[in-house]
Amino acid sequence: MIPRPRPERFRLRRTMMFMNAQKPGLIKDAYIYGCDSIMLDLEDAVAENQKDAARFSLYHALKTIDYGDTEVIVRINGLDTPHWQEDIRVCVAGGADGIRIAKCESAQDVRTVEAAVEAAEKEFGVEVGRTLLMAALESPKGILNAYEICSASERMFGVAISGGDFRKCMQTTPQRDGIDMLAARGQMLLAARAAGIQCFDTVFTNLDDNEGFEAEVLQNKAMGFDGKSLINPKQIRFVHQVFAPTAKEIVQAERILRAYREQSAAGVGVFTVDGKMIDIAFIPGAERTLRLARACGMYEGDLV
Amino acid sequence: MEILKPAAAGTLESSDAQVTVEPGDGKIELSLSSSVMNQYGRQIRDTVLETLDRLGVTSAKVSVVDKGALDCTLKARVECAVFRSMDASDKNIPWGGAVR
Repeated sequence: MIPRPRPERFRLRRTMMFMNAQKPGLIKDAYIYGCDSIMLDLEDAVAENQKDAARFSLYHALKTIDYGDTEVIVRINGLDTPHWQEDIRVCVAGGADGIRIAKCESAQDVRTVEAAVEAAEKEFGVEVGRTLLMAALESPKGILNAYEICSASERMFGVAISGGDFRKCMQTTPQRDGIDMLAARGQMLLAARAAGIQCFDTVFTNLDDNEGFEAEVLQNKAMGFDGKSLINPKQIRFVHQVFAPTAKEIVQAERILRAYREQSAAGVGVFTVDGKMIDIAFIPGAERTLRLARACGMYEGDLV
Repeated sequence: MEILKPAAAGTLESSDAQVTVEPGDGKIELSLSSSVMNQYGRQIRDTVLETLDRLGVTSAKVSVVDKGALDCTLKARVECAVFRSMDASDKNIPWGGAVR
């Protein structure tokens, strides 16, 4: 039995890699790739007549395999299927860090899952509130209700868009410049930031198109995403590279935080660093940069 | 638990095992083949028998074709086959109880 520490609601989640929970060969080695989170999938990757088998596999994998610092999230089947309740029982009993709600369309969907999670926590003697939630938005309705979904529960740590289903609903296909999902990504980011939770982009499925993948990751970073869902370990390194702060950003964040501490101790609220005006509004961003830098092994100081 | 009808779980892919259970005649009859029989045959046999014992299965014909599965996978396949044989694999599984 491998006891997992209490999940952290806001941790680093640059990469979240999907794994079929039904394939023993995949899930036993999942942690070695170095992604921040793995997403064990009970939904689309598992054939309809193997949903039961996938749960037995998942339970023992959760209980037996030491995933170390890698976060373990499980994607459960949609609320319109006969599977989701048992999916939740096995996730909670096995001690998964979090559950990804597929095809989420309303705050009520989140609350329905939350109630089942709480019942399972009580059934299996797990601390109530331990199991985190995230929602996948896969339809126009989900995107339009993004804010109520993001703010529906204290367990919610993030929200992600699922490109395949969403593009189908919108009668479009992946475009080079991302125009197909521009409005949806933007709306979801706004909602996530307004609710104070994390936001993740969809998978890039054409493994032969490296240039397209890199362009999309750069756009994700520029739009303000926290991370991206992945389908292959070879995609991890580039995302980590792009989402890491630059050496210049780290130095600047350090200077801002040091100056802020000195100046505010002296009773000064607004001041300049390297010729730029700095006030309290810059502090959370600078702290975030240093926390990210620490996670990437680029910062060992004591400012955060 | 009583095996009511033949049922199977698992695949013949690497790192997996295919487990078949059938109603028995009062005892456990296990037939085992494995790609790692020489190194792990005894351990695989022990894991399968312990899992059946935990589930309270005392009468069954069990066949295991192992392709190098970890213990946790073997357990999962045996349990799934047994619950399937009773049409009880879809809900209210005793996670952490008989299944652990």
